[in-house]
Amino acid sequence: MRILTGNDLKTGAVTWWTGYDWSIHVEDAVDAGDQADAILAREAAACRVNNPYAIDGEKAPDGSVRPAHIKDRIRALGPTVRPDLTLKPADPDARNWVI
Amino acid sequence: MYRYDKYDQAMVDTRVEEFRDQVRRRLEGKLDDDQFKPLRLKNGLYLQLHAYMLRVAIPYGTLNSAQMRALGAIARKYDRGYGHFTTRQNIQYNWIKLAEAPDLFADLAKVEMHAIQTSGESIRNISSDQYAGAAADELIDPRPWCEMLRQMTTFMPEFSYLPRKFKIAVIASAEDRAALRWHDFALRIVQNASGEIGFEVYAGGGMGRTPFIAYRIREFLPTSQLFSYLQAVLRVWNRHARRDNIHKQRMKILVHDLGQEEFTRQVEEAFEHFLSLAEDFPQAEYDRIAAYFAPPPFEQGLSDEIDLSDPAFAAWVDRQVIAHKAPGYAIANISLKPVGGIPGDISADQMDVVADLAERYSFDELRATHAQNLVLPHVRKADLHAVWQALVEAGLADANLDLVSDIIACPGLDYCSLANARSIPVAQKIAERFADPARQADVGELKIKISGCINACGHHHAGNIGILGVDRKGSESYQLLLGGSGDEVTTQAKIAGPGFDEDGIVDAVERAVEQYRTIREPGERFIDTYRRVGMDGFKEAIYG
Repeated sequence: MRILTGNDLKTGAVTWWTGYDWSIHVEDAVDAGDQADAILAREAAACRVNNPYAIDGEKAPDGSVRPAHIKDRIRALGPTVRPDLTLKPADPDARNWVI
Repeated sequence: MYRYDKYDQAMVDTRVEEFRDQVRRRLEGKLDDDQFKPLRLKNGLYLQLHAYMLRVAIPYGTLNSAQMRALGAIARKYDRGYGHFTTRQNIQYNWIKLAEAPDLFADLAKVEMHAIQTSGESIRNISSDQYAGAAADELIDPRPWCEMLRQMTTFMPEFSYLPRKFKIAVIASAEDRAALRWHDFALRIVQNASGEIGFEVYAGGGMGRTPFIAYRIREFLPTSQLFSYLQAVLRVWNRHARRDNIHKQRMKILVHDLGQEEFTRQVEEAFEHFLSLAEDFPQAEYDRIAAYFAPPPFEQGLSDEIDLSDPAFAAWVDRQVIAHKAPGYAIANISLKPVGGIPGDISADQMDVVADLAERYSFDELRATHAQNLVLPHVRKADLHAVWQALVEAGLADANLDLVSDIIACPGLDYCSLANARSIPVAQKIAERFADPARQADVGELKIKISGCINACGHHHAGNIGILGVDRKGSESYQLLLGGSGDEVTTQAKIAGPGFDEDGIVDAVERAVEQYRTIREPGERFIDTYRRVGMDGFKEAIYG
C-alpha cells in the first residue's frame, strides 16, 4: 500500500493523509493507491504540509497501518531514545513497533 | 569575549525582521516550499524527521552566562526543555514551530546570538580550541583571529553563494584540540625564527562521503595578510569547483584533484593579486578586536594546592581538570556524556546551573567543545570543590573526558532526515557496557565517534574507533573503523571488515578494546597500539 506523509507547515509535526485531511497519527493513514500523485500535487499547492511524499506501508494483523521502512516508523512515533517525547509515551511496546 | 557594536546588533535585528516577513509570507501561502527552503536554511532552520530543527551559532564555542541562560529559556519556551550541543560547537533545538521561529530569533538577538550561516553554502561557524585564552600551552589567544574571520566572512557577497559549505578552524597550540586538518581551511598560529606571529595554513580537509586530511599549503603567513590569503583560496575554489556535481563541490575535492603543489601555486598567484588591492585589515582593527579578548583579572598569589581528600572529587579533578595558564586557576570540563544518556544533550535546568557556575566561578565565560561537552575555562583551584558539588547535584559530574564513554555521536536516525541508522542507542549501549569507572580508567584514552550516515557529522573518520551506520536492505547496519584521529597526528580511520547489527557492533567494540588491553605496551593509548600493530593486530580478535 502507498501512504502519504509530510510535515505540518506551522509546527513541522509529521502528518499522514487520512483520505480527506492530515493527521499526526499514522493509524489514521489510508492507502492512496493510484491517486497518490494527484493528491500530492494538490496538497503541495495547498501549502498545508511541507514536501508531502508517498511511502510504502503495510497492514498489520490488527488492521493498523505500519510504514515499511524504519525511518518512517521513527517519524511516525518519535525518537526511540526519548520515549517520553513520542506520541505513545506510556506504551511499553511502542519501541518494538518501530524496530 | 566579543560584544556586539551597534552595527552588529543592527544587522542581526534587521535579519530577524526580514525572516519574520518571510515566515509570514510562507504561512500565508505566498511562498511555496521551494521558495522558502533556501530562506529558512540561511537562518539555520532545517526540517528534520519530527519537526523543524534550529541550529544556533556559538562563535568559536565561546558564550557567557546570559547567553547560556537564554539558550535554556529558549529550550523551555520554544522547544521541549532541552538542547543538543553539536560537533561544531553549536547548539540545536529539535522541536521548533515555524510560526514561533521569528520570536525565538528575536530572543536570541537580545543576547547577541543568531543562527545565520549555520546552514547552506556559506562559511560556517568558525571553530577553535575550547581552551583558548586559558590553555597553558597556547602561544596567544586564537579567538581574536576567529572573530576577525567571522566579521570578514559574514554576509560578504563572494562568500554567500559558495559551491558548498566551508569550515574553518583556528588554534594556537602544538596540541590540536580542534581537529584542525579535518577542516576546509585551517590556521595554526605559530612564531617564526624572527619571533613574528603568523599562521601555518592548511587546506582541503573534510569528512563526509569523501574524507581527506588537509594539506599544509603555507608554512608561515604574516597575520597582516590573512584576508588576502583567504580570498585567494576561495577565489581558486570558486573558479574551479564542480558546481555540476553535489558530491564533488567541497573544496577538499578540488584541492586533492589539483594536488597540493598546483593548488598552492594557484592560491599564491591569486594571493599576489589580492595583496595588490591592499584590502587587508590594519593593525588597529586587530587591536580593537583583540581588546575584547583581554585576559580576565586573574587574582595574583593564589595557591595551586587542591584538597583531594574526597576520593570522588579527586577522581573528577584527575579526569576533568586541565592546566591553566594563570597560577592558582584551572580549566574544568563538564561532561555531557552520562552513561546511558544522549551525547551532547542538556536540559534547560542544567543550562541554568552551568550559567550560574560560569557567572560565579569562571569570569562569566563558558565554552562548547567539538566533542559535545562544556568547559568552565577560568576556575580558581580553591573553587573547584564547590563547582564539582554543584555539578554532582545537577547530574553533570561524570569523570570520563576522552574515555571510552565520552562518545561523539550525531543525532542519527532518531532525529535526522539524512541518517540511515541510529547513532545514539549505539553510543548508549557502548557506554553502558563500559560503565564501570575502574574499567574505563584501565582502558584509558579512547575516542569513539559514531555517525548515522556517510555525511560523518559524528566524525567517525577521526575516531580511534569509528562507527558508521548504513542502511542494509532496510535494516540498520554498522561498519567498524579503527585508527582515526583528529589530533596533531591526524589520521583517517580504516574499515575493519564486514558490518554488524546494533548489538553486534557493541560486542565488536568490546573485542577491539580487549585486544588492545592484551597487546598494549606500557604507556600506550589505544591509538598508539593501533599505530604500532595496524589493522592486522586487531582483525582476528574482532572477527575470529
